[in-house]
Amino acid sequence: MSPARGPVEIKLTLNGAACSVDAYPMERLLDVLRHQLGLTGTKEGCGEGECGSCSVLMDGKLVNSCLVPVLHAEGAKVVTIEGLAQGEQLHALQQAFLECGGAQCGICTPGMIVAASHLLSRTAAPTLADIREGLAGNLCRCTGYIQIIEAVAEAARRGVGR
Amino acid sequence: MRSHPAEYELVAPGSLQGVVTLLAGEPGTWLPIAGGTDVMVQYAAGTLGARRLVSIWNLPELGGIEVSAEEVRIGAGCTYSELCGHEVVAREFSLLAAAAGWTGSIANQNRGTLGGNIVNASPAADSLPALLVYEAELILVSARGERRVPYVGFHIGYKKMGLAPDELIRAVCLPRRYAGYVAYSRKVGARNAQAISKVCVAALGKVTGGVVEDVRIAAGSVAPVPVRLVETERVVRGRGVDSELLALARKTAAGEIRPIDDIRSNAGYRATVTGNLVREFLGRLGR
Repeated sequence: MSPARGPVEIKLTLNGAACSVDAYPMERLLDVLRHQLGLTGTKEGCGEGECGSCSVLMDGKLVNSCLVPVLHAEGAKVVTIEGLAQGEQLHALQQAFLECGGAQCGICTPGMIVAASHLLSRTAAPTLADIREGLAGNLCRCTGYIQIIEAVAEAARRGVGR
Repeated sequence: MRSHPAEYELVAPGSLQGVVTLLAGEPGTWLPIAGGTDVMVQYAAGTLGARRLVSIWNLPELGGIEVSAEEVRIGAGCTYSELCGHEVVAREFSLLAAAAGWTGSIANQNRGTLGGNIVNASPAADSLPALLVYEAELILVSARGERRVPYVGFHIGYKKMGLAPDELIRAVCLPRRYAGYVAYSRKVGARNAQAISKVCVAALGKVTGGVVEDVRIAAGSVAPVPVRLVETERVVRGRGVDSELLALARKTAAGEIRPIDDIRSNAGYRATVTGNLVREFLGRLGR
């Protein structure tokens, strides 16, 4: 086994603020967010890109942070679930999830909301099929999807994507 | 057992020249990583053999889709989202755009690249049958220079391919000669997003004067590599599409593939479904 190099400095924009962190280049963005930067809203579900619990936005694109080596976040703009609310003011998607019963155990919820915000940023008035496709990479094992889809539709009606 | 990041090296030379120089210096020791949708899964599971990785994500020389009169040249680093969203790809190479939209989820499509999918060499990859029917060519690059090879024959066995240890796929070229063809593709899996295909089929055909002038049918998840169904194509070409031909093609397709039993399906189901999809395609072609 060849000796690996040590940690490197990674600079990124995290939830709108400049951020610098020392990490091994192959560390998963998910782990750096949770363990080094204290942003535990991003969850780990499957750890292999199938469940969407670890969804974040990287340069405006939805990604699974469990599959991103942190070196790839160098210079990127990363938005996590913590970046959506404005202080104590919930993001309209969070408010809609709350009102529609879109969260139950809560593990999938941050990823669902990040994926929904990605969808609405591209499709302000999504059809039911658009919502289903936009959330197809996010698995929920308890809420049952219907309330989640209703929450996204409600947020769209309230003009989140406009 | 999960991998420990301190045991892995990951470098990002930032240019194609930097990457191929690194690969040439120590061939076989560096594993290229693009969007990581396959490599990071192995890493997390503790099954990634390579300890030294070189990033090819966002390399400008591997990006972009160039359209000329004769062909569309897709940079190997193009993501599935870029493929789905490209007007010419969506219009003229709908089988590839459709497969890109079936692969994983939107988050995976934002990171997964066409070149990565080829090199990952899964026999179940949804995009590869499309490359077979379009008769794609690959541009391979190394410090020694570039070479252009047909995609057919590139995958020579399960996870084996005609790529030297110091080479990368630079681009995938698709000839623009399929106007007027009927395009058909279908994925059969547990669900569209995320589920890996039990069977996937991509096909092109052209009927002139009541007979099949040209036909190309390829399938994934039915053999150690994605395959063209050459025997089925042979029995169909030059014939009129009638019920007798549909039955013959169905039987020939089911007989010429070599599916296996695995966690997603079994050989018998795969053979039956492949035959049914071929019949469905020819039914549409004959309309």
